Amino acid sequence: MACFLVPTTEAIVTTAVGKIAKKQEQSNTADQAVKETEGTEHITFSTKLGWLSKMLWGGSALLAFEHVWHGEVAPYFPFLTAAETAEGARTMLHEMSTTGVSMAVVVTLAWGVMVLVSNALEKSADREKELQK
Amino acid sequence: MTLLIAVFAALITTIIWYMSERMRSLKIGTLALAYWGASLMWLCDAIFEYAELRADYFTPAAEDMINDAFLGFAVVAFGMILWIGAILIKDPDHVVRKALFKKG
Repeated sequence: MACFLVPTTEAIVTTAVGKIAKKQEQSNTADQAVKETEGTEHITFSTKLGWLSKMLWGGSALLAFEHVWHGEVAPYFPFLTAAETAEGARTMLHEMSTTGVSMAVVVTLAWGVMVLVSNALEKSADREKELQK
Repeated sequence: MTLLIAVFAALITTIIWYMSERMRSLKIGTLALAYWGASLMWLCDAIFEYAELRADYFTPAAEDMINDAFLGFAVVAFGMILWIGAILIKDPDHVVRKALFKKG
């Protein structure tokens, strides 16, 4: 019904946080997406957050397309056909709080795993570099 | 069916991202992440639907399956249109700029 609105909201927040983090990184280091730390390349937090933003924006856009396909999104106010009646609005809010929230949580968890793997790879690269010295 | 098609699209774009440097420079990773995002979201949707329908979830009517497959392919095409649009706007190899400002 409107479950895609929850990940869309998260996407707006992560994009804003990513932009702030990028500005701070640029003021701290040189204007680079990847900074050099003792010879090994580390991916910045803003780049990692960008992965989450891309998953959320992309997924939400494709889900929004599905909702248009099913006639659940309309080009006139209130834009969501379920919001036209009180009963429909109640069902829509219930779906947003269950399916929508779990969508946002699952995508964020998947991103968390990606970040953990990436951090582990960076650490092992650091260790290899130290062993070579 | 829509979930399955989205998962295959995510897998194919990820394999292309891994194998091709040229495609990486064209930001295929962004398309792969978009398909993975959509796949995870539809997976949640499928879990909730399964909780409601139980075994009936795996035996959909033929008409529903065809409609879902049609939607799945349309979603994949929509994702690719967004990606190609972004490439043409960003124009990393200056192909569009060269074509537009080519001296006759």
